Amino acid sequence: MKDPELLYLVGGVVAVLLIASLVTRLLIRKSGETPVLVNLRQRVNAWWWMMLIFSSSLALGRGGVFGFYTLLSFLALREFITLSPTPRGDHRTLTWVFFLILPLHYLFAWAPWYGMYLIWIPVYAFVFIPIRSALAGDTDRFLERTSRIQWGVLTCVYFLSHLPMLLYLPIPGYEGQNAKLLFFVVLVTQISDVMQYIFGKLFGKTKIAPKVSPSKTREGLLYGGAAATLIGTGLWWATPFPPLAAAAMSALLVAAGFFGGLVMSAVKRSLGAKDWGCGIPGHGGVLDRLDSLLFAGPIFFHITGYYFGTHMASSHAQPTWIKEALRLWMAP
Amino acid sequence: MTSTLLAFLVRLATGVRLLHDLPEDGKRRVYFANHSSHLDFMVIWAALPALQRASTRPVAAAEYWEKGPLRKWLSSRVFKAVLIPRDLARMRHEDPLGKMLAALEEGSDLIVFPEGTRSDSGEVGPFKPGLHHLISKRPDLVLVPVFLENLSRILPKGELFPLPLMGQAVFGHPLAPPADGETKAVFLERARDAVLQLSRGHLTPLPDEGS
Repeated sequence: MKDPELLYLVGGVVAVLLIASLVTRLLIRKSGETPVLVNLRQRVNAWWWMMLIFSSSLALGRGGVFGFYTLLSFLALREFITLSPTPRGDHRTLTWVFFLILPLHYLFAWAPWYGMYLIWIPVYAFVFIPIRSALAGDTDRFLERTSRIQWGVLTCVYFLSHLPMLLYLPIPGYEGQNAKLLFFVVLVTQISDVMQYIFGKLFGKTKIAPKVSPSKTREGLLYGGAAATLIGTGLWWATPFPPLAAAAMSALLVAAGFFGGLVMSAVKRSLGAKDWGCGIPGHGGVLDRLDSLLFAGPIFFHITGYYFGTHMASSHAQPTWIKEALRLWMAP
Repeated sequence: MTSTLLAFLVRLATGVRLLHDLPEDGKRRVYFANHSSHLDFMVIWAALPALQRASTRPVAAAEYWEKGPLRKWLSSRVFKAVLIPRDLARMRHEDPLGKMLAALEEGSDLIVFPEGTRSDSGEVGPFKPGLHHLISKRPDLVLVPVFLENLSRILPKGELFPLPLMGQAVFGHPLAPPADGETKAVFLERARDAVLQLSRGHLTPLPDEGS
C-alpha cells in the first residue's frame, strides 16, 4: 500500500460508503425501519466489511491477496457444492477437490508457475475428477455429476483465481503497481452491479430474462452500465490504460459482469435456490457477490495481456527452484 | 472451555447457527432428530445456547463410543453421553430406559435419535419405541423435533473425512404428548412426521431433481 494512487482509490470508496451509510440512516430516520431499508442498511454494512477485508488483503501484499482468494474460492465452492446434489459416490472426489486440487492451484498461482497454473484444473483436475468418481463405482447420472463438480471447480476456483493473477501481469511502465489493476477490476465490476440494481429499481421496465433473474432489466443494464463505464473511465489514471482504452475495458467489465451474474443466476435457479447461501447479511451467499467477477476476471486478464503484448508464459514459465529441485532429484 | 471451543468449531465447519436463548422453565427437554451421520448429535449440541448445552447429554451407542481413548474421553468428558448398548444381552443387563430417566432426573436434557441407527440414504426411517417409553414415564417432558439437513453429505456413514459443506439444524415446536387412546405406533408416526415437516423449505433440492 505504498502506492499513493491506491490510497486514493481506497479513500474514494470509503467516502462513497460514508455517504451511503449517512443516506441510509437519514432514510431510516424519515420513514422508519421498513424491510427495504433494513436490507439496505445490512447491505451497506456488509460493503464496509467486504471493503475492509479486500483492502487489508492488498495491504498484506501478495501472500495476503492469494490467501484471501484461496479462502474466497473455498467458500464459493462450498456454497456451490452444498446446493448441487452430490451423492455418496462423489464424497471422496470432493474431498480431493477441496483439500488438494484447490490449495495446489493457488500454490501454483502464487509461486508463480504460470504454465502449471493454466493447465492444473482444465487438464489434471478434470482428468482426475471423473476417474475418482468412476472408481467409487456409482454410475447413476455419472456425466451430470462429473460435469457439476467440474463446472464448480472451473468457475469458483479457476476463473476466480485470475483476479489475484493480475498482480503478476507484466505491463511495461506499470511495474509494482498491479494492485491498482486488481482494485480497478473489482471496483468497476461491483459498482456496475450496484448501479444496475439502483437504475433498475428506478427506471426498470423491460426484463431481460425474467425467469433467470427478475431484477435484471434492460434500462438498469443500459444506464447502470453507462454509469459504471463513466466511473471506470474516470479512474483511468490508476490503470495502465489511456482514457479511451480504460473506457473500453470498463465497458468490457460491465458486459462480462452482467453475463457472469446472469449465468450464475441461471445455475442457481436450476438448482432450485434463490440465494447461494446466507454468509453475507443482506446479500445472500459469497457467490451472490462474486458471480459477476467470475467471467470478468479471466477475460480482463487475458485481454489486458493482449493489449500490452505481455507474455506471462515466458516471464513466469516455471519457477527456477522447481527446475533446480527436479535437476537435483533426477541427477543425484 | 473445551466444549465452547468445540461447539464453535462444529458450527464453523457445518454452517449451523447458534439458537437464541431458550426459556429456562425448569422443564426437561428431549431433542429428537433424524440420524444420518456421526456429526448429528454434535450439531444439535453445538447449536444450543451455552447454558443449555452444558446440561444436554446425547444418547449414543456404547459399542462405538467406548472404543479407543479419544472417543472415550469425548463421550465421557466433553459430551457426557448416556451410552446405550446395542447388544441385546447387555441391553437387558443395563436397562437403557432407566439410564435415560436417571439422567433426566439429574436435571439433564437429552438428544435422542429414535431411528436407532444412521440411515444410509438420508431418508428418515421408522422410529423405535424408546421415545414413547420416555414420555409415558415422564409426561412432563418437552419433546422437541429437530431436522438435520445435509449432514449425511458432510460425513456419510463409513467415511472418515468430512466435506466442508453447509448443513442446518431446524428446531421445531414441541410435540404434544400422546393423547388419550393414542397407540404407541400412531404416536411414533406422529413424532416422525414432526421431524419430516421441518424438512420443507430445506437448503438443498431433492437428489433426484434434474437440472
